[in-house]
Amino acid sequence: MNRKRRTKDLLLTILIWAFSLSGAVFLIWMLISVISKGLPGINLELITSEYNLYKGRTGILPMIAGTLILIFSTLVITVPIGVCAAIYLTEYAKQGLLVRTIRIATESLSGIPSIIYGLFGFIFFKNSLGLGFSVLSGALTLSIMVLPLVVRTTEEALKSVDPGYREASLALGASRLYTTCRVVLPCAIPGILTAVILSMGRVIGETAAVIFTAGSVPKIPRLGRFLTSSIRTLSVHLYVVALEEADFTGAYATAAILIVIIAVLNFTAKRIVRRI
Amino acid sequence: MNKKRTNPETPGFEKTMELVFVVSAWVSIISVVLITVYIFAAGLPPIIKIGVSRFIFGTQWKPTAESPQFGIFPMIVASLLGMAGALVTGVPVGLFTAILLSELAPKRMASFLRGCMELMAGIPSVVYGFFGLTVIVPFIRVRLGSTTGNSLLAMIVILSAMILPTIVSISETSLRAVPKEYREGSLALGASRVETIFKVTIPAAKSGIMASVVLGMGRAVGETMAVIMVCGNISRIPRSLLDTVSPMTATIAKDMSYAGPFHQSALFGIGAVLFLFIIILNIVLNVVVQRSAEGNRSINE
Repeated sequence: MNRKRRTKDLLLTILIWAFSLSGAVFLIWMLISVISKGLPGINLELITSEYNLYKGRTGILPMIAGTLILIFSTLVITVPIGVCAAIYLTEYAKQGLLVRTIRIATESLSGIPSIIYGLFGFIFFKNSLGLGFSVLSGALTLSIMVLPLVVRTTEEALKSVDPGYREASLALGASRLYTTCRVVLPCAIPGILTAVILSMGRVIGETAAVIFTAGSVPKIPRLGRFLTSSIRTLSVHLYVVALEEADFTGAYATAAILIVIIAVLNFTAKRIVRRI
Repeated sequence: MNKKRTNPETPGFEKTMELVFVVSAWVSIISVVLITVYIFAAGLPPIIKIGVSRFIFGTQWKPTAESPQFGIFPMIVASLLGMAGALVTGVPVGLFTAILLSELAPKRMASFLRGCMELMAGIPSVVYGFFGLTVIVPFIRVRLGSTTGNSLLAMIVILSAMILPTIVSISETSLRAVPKEYREGSLALGASRVETIFKVTIPAAKSGIMASVVLGMGRAVGETMAVIMVCGNISRIPRSLLDTVSPMTATIAKDMSYAGPFHQSALFGIGAVLFLFIIILNIVLNVVVQRSAEGNRSINE
């Protein structure tokens, strides 16, 4: 190689490395700046006390409860639907117009920004169906939002099941349903678990779609009617506190907690994927 | 009990479950239709009432004034500028990261970078916004002499970081899909590794990379919570990168909390414009993906 080509190569290689590392540098910068200021603010009082500015209490227990309730309600709706849809797409459907339409619809859903989901949930679930600002409105909206993720991840898991298993089961005289439930699904459990974990991450991180549907009331809902009461999740809390309170201590702590939760979920999902 | 229920001897149950599967699969279709219908049903009437051109090209957004004005042109400009800015930095960085991951990086390095990108994809947008609010905005205010620091520039910085994971993961997948023979052929002809990447691999993965860019555009235009915390939320056409802006998404989310009835429906109008934009992006994406599928087929033939 002549010298000119060699310098050009070298320059481009350096450029590739520099650009690639800049993304990681940004991430690490963000992690350090948020976590270093957030960690000191995290203590037992913060995560076990109520939130009431009049009493000078800025605990985040209601937000932790709200987040958990919303995650649980969303998953209860979306996982069965998503898994059943994936079963249909991989085990039952014949390639054709319907399958193509379903795929396009799923793709489209994943391209819709969360603010649009928020507006839709606001008009449809909150106003038209009269559910008000409630866990139910929020969970229904979010379950549509994470549906593509559940369908796609489960589909991948089902597809990766050795077709020999299916054939063997069918050859033994088992019905298609029996084969699906007893042979294919058990093999796909890790994949479905990954879908669940990724969905949890989406629900935890979501703000725009939650604030317009589940509202932002920082109180632990009463057990009997948690579905109809408004809640505030950690992300919504971070947004509200960062814009409304002058003191950033609570906001930093909440942001740090969010990052840690997401990191743990990501790590767990990765571990599961590796074990498959 | 479970055994009994999935007993192969009961064809009625088989049929019922098959129906359950089909209905579940229909949920996505129904959802897309519902969302489309409801967003436009809520958004189009106010646009028509205000007047399409006065709404889209009006430059004044004064929803609470005595004679309220609803012009969203500055917001459209802000959204587009934010998107363009994010692409200018996000695409080269994302593409080069994808190249490093698929072609050059040693295994350890690649898995570290991939972990970083996955974490970036998972971090909630409010956290990006909060980081922007507490670090980027003050930086711009102090170092670049903007009056508040809330600016188009801050928005672009945050958006570039946020679209990065999307661009990296889709581009990497398409770079990996390029047949090994292409690279080997190029290397055998005497091209260097870097030359092969830029002259052979990238052109072969072009449509996948394009798809990642379109997806990134959708992300950038639709992003709300991160943007709202750094953009300043003053609706005017920016003259410089340091001016405050208010893109469509930020205005909707910011105004919803106090909007009166007509103001609120005007916000749904903005939502409809935004949604239309997303639909167009989706159609473009489908065309690009289709083309890439055809490209792959012609390679295999």
